[in-house]
This record gives sequence, C-alpha cells and structure tokens, in this order.
Amino acid sequence: MAAITSSPSPTALDRARAWVRARNIPPVYGILVIIFLASILLDLFFGIDDQLFIFNPTILTNILVRSVALGIVAVGQTFVMIGASIDLSVAYTVSVTAVGASFLMAGEPDRVWWTVLVLIAIGIVIGLLNGTIITKLKVNPLIATLGVGLILKGLLNATFTNFAGSVPSSFQSFAYDAIGPVPISVLVLFGVVLVGWFILRRTRYGAHLYAVGGNAEGARLSGLHTDRILTLAHVMCSVTAVLTGLFVVSRLRSGAPWVGTDGLYDLESIAATVIGGTALSGGKGGVWGTLAGVLIFSLLDTMFNQIGIDAYLKQILRGAIIILAVGFYTFRSKAEQG
Amino acid sequence: MAESFLTDIVIEPTPAPAAAGVAPIMEVTHITKQFPGVLALDDVSVAFYPGEVHAIVGENGAGKSTLMKVLAGAYRPDEGQISLGGVPVTFNHPSEAQRAGISIIYQEFNLLPERTVMENIFLGREPHRFGIIDYGRLEADTHAVLQRLAADVDIDPTAQLGALSVAQQQVVEIAKAISFDAKVLIMDEPTAALASQEVAVLTDLVRRLQARGIAVIFISHRLVEVFELAQRVTVLKDGQKVATELTSDLTMGRVVELMVGRVLSEYFPERARPEDVGEVVLRLSGASNEALHDIDLELRAGEIVGVAGLQGSGRTALAQAIFGVAPFREGTMEIKGKADMLQSPAQAIRNRFGYVTEDRKYEGLTLKQPINDNIMLTLRSLQRKLSRAFRNGTDGDQAMALALAQRVDVRAPTMDREVRFLSGGNQQKVVLAKWLATNADVLIFDEPTRGIDVEAKASIHEHIRELARAGAAVLMISSELPEVIGMSDRIIVMWDGAIVGELPAGSSEAQIMHLATGQKTSDK
Repeated sequence: MAAITSSPSPTALDRARAWVRARNIPPVYGILVIIFLASILLDLFFGIDDQLFIFNPTILTNILVRSVALGIVAVGQTFVMIGASIDLSVAYTVSVTAVGASFLMAGEPDRVWWTVLVLIAIGIVIGLLNGTIITKLKVNPLIATLGVGLILKGLLNATFTNFAGSVPSSFQSFAYDAIGPVPISVLVLFGVVLVGWFILRRTRYGAHLYAVGGNAEGARLSGLHTDRILTLAHVMCSVTAVLTGLFVVSRLRSGAPWVGTDGLYDLESIAATVIGGTALSGGKGGVWGTLAGVLIFSLLDTMFNQIGIDAYLKQILRGAIIILAVGFYTFRSKAEQG
Repeated sequence: MAESFLTDIVIEPTPAPAAAGVAPIMEVTHITKQFPGVLALDDVSVAFYPGEVHAIVGENGAGKSTLMKVLAGAYRPDEGQISLGGVPVTFNHPSEAQRAGISIIYQEFNLLPERTVMENIFLGREPHRFGIIDYGRLEADTHAVLQRLAADVDIDPTAQLGALSVAQQQVVEIAKAISFDAKVLIMDEPTAALASQEVAVLTDLVRRLQARGIAVIFISHRLVEVFELAQRVTVLKDGQKVATELTSDLTMGRVVELMVGRVLSEYFPERARPEDVGEVVLRLSGASNEALHDIDLELRAGEIVGVAGLQGSGRTALAQAIFGVAPFREGTMEIKGKADMLQSPAQAIRNRFGYVTEDRKYEGLTLKQPINDNIMLTLRSLQRKLSRAFRNGTDGDQAMALALAQRVDVRAPTMDREVRFLSGGNQQKVVLAKWLATNADVLIFDEPTRGIDVEAKASIHEHIRELARAGAAVLMISSELPEVIGMSDRIIVMWDGAIVGELPAGSSEAQIMHLATGQKTSDK
C-alpha cells in the first residue's frame, strides 16, 4: 500500500487533508466550500444587485434561517436512515404541528406551553406508530411511513381547509428574535444538531443504532433489542418534525394543511441526509454531514435569488446538484475500495 | 498481502487429547433435526472435552452446519439432549447459548465494517455511565481482551474494522467470542477466507485457546488442517455420525473413506465413445484472475467434463471467468481455434456459449414471467434488428418456444404459466430450453440438479448428455460426487483456485476427495 515515492515535505494541501481526516470532518464540507466559492464568483459576475451577498449580514443570516426548518427535521431523518429505515411522514407531521399549534394556541400566550407539550406527545405517538408498523408488522419503511403520512393528511384535510387560528406574537419570537446578532432559531438548530451528535457518537444508544442499521442480524445475535432501537429512532424523528412544524408556524403566524408538503420536508430531508454522507442502506453517517447538506440547499437557493434564476430552472439545477453530489460519493467510495 | 501482525509465531506441537476420565464440557446425545424433506441430523451423539480441538468433517450436506447451529442455539433439535458440564440445557436463542459460555463464529463474519474494533467487540455490552459510553474504558477493555488472546497481537482498538485484513477481522471475531468468557468456541470453516500464510496465525490462536482449557469445535473441508489442529475428529455422512476417533488413530485416507463410503446407485446415461469426441472448442492456457490461477483446460465437442472441488475451491469462479462474468485477466483463451478472451456475458452468448447458473431462481430465470418469455429471453437479446424485435409474441415465436419446451419435456398446463409456479426440475428444464434456443455449443452447468427431485434429475442428466451427443462441449460443475462420476467423460478437480488434477471417467470418490482436500497436487 505504501507508495515508494513519498514526498519528503508535505504540502499545505496534504496538511489540510490530514487535519480534516484527523477530525473526522465529513467530505460533504468540501462540496459546501466549493459551492460557496462558486456562489461568490457567480454573484460577482452575474449578481442582479451591486452588493455581494457575502458582505451582506442579512443575507448570510437568512441562509442560516432558511436552514432551520429543514435542518431540524433532517437531523431526525438522519437517525432513522442510520438505522436503515426512512420516514416519509415528516412533511405531514410538520403540517399537523403547524395547524395544531395555531388552532390550539388561538392567539393566547398562556396556551403556548401546554400546546407545545401536546404536539410533542402527538409526535411521539406518530413515531411509535411508524416504528411499530415497521418492526412488528414488518412493513417496508417506505410504505409504512407513506401510509401513516397519508392518514395524517386525511385527518388534517377532513378537519381544516385553510389557515386556522394563529399563534400569539410572543411565540413568534422563536422565529424572529435574536440574542445579539444570532437568531434564536439558529441557536435551536445548532442545539438540535449538537444533541443529535452527542446521542449518536457518545451514547450506547447511538452505537446500537449504527449496529442495527449496519447488520440487523448481527446486532440481534449480539443481544440487542433491534426493534426497540429502531422504534426509538422513529420517535425522535417525528419529534424533530414537530419542532420544525413549531418553527414554521412561528414564522407564518398561522398554519395551513399544506405547509409541510409544500415545504418538501420529506424528500428534501432525505436528500440533505444522503448528500451529507449517510448511507441509504444504513449503518453509516452522522448529523454534521446532514447539516452541511442542508446548508448547501439554502446556499443554492440564496445564490439563485442573487443572480435571478427562473424558479423552474432553479428546480432543475437543484435536482442535478443532488445527483452529482451523490454520484460523487459512489465514485469516491469505489476509488477508496479498489 | 498477508502481513503478519502477530510477531514471531511459534507454533507448538499438537497438544495431547484430553486424558481418559476427564469429563466432557459439552455433550449432545441422540440429536435429531428434521427439515421439510430432509433428515439433517439423525440420532447424533458427540462429546466435547475441555482443552481439546474437535473437528467435524463430512461431504457437503452431511449435516455439519446443522450440528453447529444446534450447538450454538440457533436451531432447536427435534429430539435429543444437550448438556453442559453434565447439566441438561435448552437454548431458545443464540444469546442464551452465548451467556452459557458457547460462542460461535460463522463463515460470514457478523461484524460491522463501518464501526471500530472496540465497538464491534463490546457491541451491546459497552461500559457506560447513564447511557454515555466510557470510551476510555472501552478502549482499555478491548486492549485487555486482545492482549489476553495473544500478548503480541497488534490491532488498534480504535481502528475501523473494514480497514483490517480478513485475518485481522477474524482475530477480532475470536476476541469478541472469547470476551463472553466462552468455554466452548465453535468455528465454521475458519480458514476458508484466509490466505495460506494467514492460517498459521489462526493455528497459533487456536493452540492458545486450547491451553486455557477452552473446547474448540471446528468444521473444515481441509483435511490437512484437521490433522494439524484437531485431536479428535467426528465424521458425519447423510446426517448420521459415522465415527468419532482420535486423529492420532486415523490417516487421511481413512477419513476420506469414512466420509464417502457410499454405493453408486443412481442411473446415468451412457458416456461418450472416443469416436463421438470431436475437436477442441475451447482452450485455456495459463488463465488467471483474482480467484483463479494458471488454469489450463481443453473442452472438446461431444464431451462432458466434470468439475469437482469443495466449496470455495474456485469451481464457480471458473464458470464465471469462462463466461465473461468475472473475466480472466491473464493467459489465453482460444475459441474454435481463434484467440479471443471473453470479457462479458453478451460476448460469450454471441460466441454461442451457454451458462446454466448455480442459482436458478435469481440468475437463471425471471420468475414472474411466463415460460415462453423465459425461453426466448436470451435469443431476443441477441436480435439487434428492430424489425425482429417486433416478432415477440407472434405465432412463429410462440411455436419455437413451444417446440423447445417440448424437446426438454417441461411439464406445465400452458406456456403462459409464470415460471415461479413450476417445480425446481421444470424450472431447470426451462433454463435448458433457453440455451437450446440460442444453439449454444459450449455449455457450462453449475450444480445442474441442486434441489431437484430424483425423477427430474434423471431427465436433466439425459438432456445434458443429449446436448453433448448433438455436438456441444459441456463443462459440468457439481458438489455431488456421484453425479460428477456418473456423468463425466473426464473429471477435473479444483482446489484453492487451481486445477489440481485430472481423472479419467469412472474414478472413485476417494480419488477425487484426495485431490479436492489438497492432499496431493496431482495424480498424474
């Protein structure tokens, strides 16, 4: 393996590579940096206003805020995907939360806390339902969570047809206020990512979840309760969807049944997780990579706005970039193996 | 490639077997296990002693793996008793056996390549405080387990498992098994995945475990290793125990006799007469790839060449290399006198090669398609002109499929019947018809009668011979020795990725087994 021609003094690039490897930084951050640099160049030459976005703190903050809604739920999606499962019901859970919050709070500040608790309880029930159907009834996760999502959609559409109620303005500080220069919502996103990282990398539960996703039979033979482990991942995923729903409604002031599906939280959280380096087959990945995947999406949206790209073309470019990024991984892992 | 990570291996001489009067640590008595249609274990009784290596040998299908799984708690026997240290026990789950001190290492490792060595060894038993893993202690414990196994073992507990060599991964498997305080360690074909230099590492480890009073039970196809490692050997045949003897009282020849000793009772079609054998259709010389080395082989028109060898000896790799699935990288291939190294199945099919795969259901058929579409599948793939593609489903097309099905005697109510509803024998006949449709004249069969009832078997044998009589060159791989002996005009024997010998028609099972277990490199 050792190359005969090893260069005597490592170049700056080599040292940077070693630094990145030693800290286990997911390769998606490389893609993030490339897209960031490309955005600056594009903005420089094709920007529709005079100011460069990197010098505009409002736009920079906006990139982060855009990432909050998708980022929180993508952390949950990362958990289930590490367990070799998937959750298509998150978009509907976001809708249920947004509508439920504005309906239950009905503009009253003193109803905020118990409403939040009720919605989290609903999230736990949805997660238990998903997990139980997958592990006990052995229904394919794709179908199980799609089914649960459609049931939620039906319940929601039967009860509400439009924006229902509103959240009190005190609750909107979640989306609009800041501590110093940092928006509260961004702090919440980083809090969720940190908690996710800690659970995956520091706790027994995290180690067991990787085992279930990597080799379910091997995990079972090692005495793990694989069903419980995967169900708990689904519970956490649904709870992150509830948090995303709360953030969305605090921005919109009122929830409608379509806010979750229009936000594409299901497919985009899966795409961000995969771009972040979590394997669709499970057992591998992490939340920091997912965060980079989410930032890539927000950065692209911001850049497309800056250079005034047509909305449909925007979607085409997004699709192409997802394919390129994932193709890059397959290519890379093949190169590493052989 | 096989770097020695255990420094200075000194393999001690084979230790003595347990002294008379030592009580067995584990014992099975009158174990019977039945699967639908097969009596996998029939009244088997064996005792295992502490500090002793006990090998289980037998032909494919003799019941070795079933016995292992019964011992490890993965199967519950239908009848019979397992006792540990004289106390009767029942295991409902492998984890129960594990807690009782019985660990098993399967041929396919149950490890997580993406996780570290320490996370693998202590999976489910990580040292923790309030659910938070104490990584410092985990690393120290792992280090201790590896040290206890072999003081000079050089494996980093924090290394990613997938980055280790196969031999190192096996050491991790053994360390994991031992960390349960195993009294009995079962290994299924432990050397199958190892290169020959790496086997020494394993031998050394097994001796050390033995010295600590652990009973080691292992399945092996390699008799040389059985005699090197084991003090006692049990021979199984057709689910029954033939013998349990001290290896010092046996010779390899005697073990082979015990393994095969059966009568040729099946009927096979008449072999080719010398005048039926035509010219060389395929010639390989010095052909090699990752799995095979230095293959010299000639296939002649009208002749059936049987390939014998144990699992993992390279039989299927040979078929796949010839057919271009995993092509040869070096050497030469001549097809009907023309040098041409096949690089893909499409190329092989255009050269009129046919390959009846070992795995009929996934590689040979499209199960949810009707019989006629399956038969025409390969032929259609050869048709490049669009105009001909429109012939699918026309009368001529249907008539041809029907004629082929009748020729191989597929028994089904209609030609529209989906193939998955047919019996194994009829499915195999459909595969056969598929290659008849392309007029293949070099045909490779891999386990042509696996899982097929006796009557359909005889019919498949007749059809294979019929193809040879019509001028095809046939290469037939089989793990059933009576089939190889009964069908072949010549027999080649493979071991460790190479052809180790060629035997004439009608050679005995013992002659084949001698070569197939790596005892002699050639009989010529």
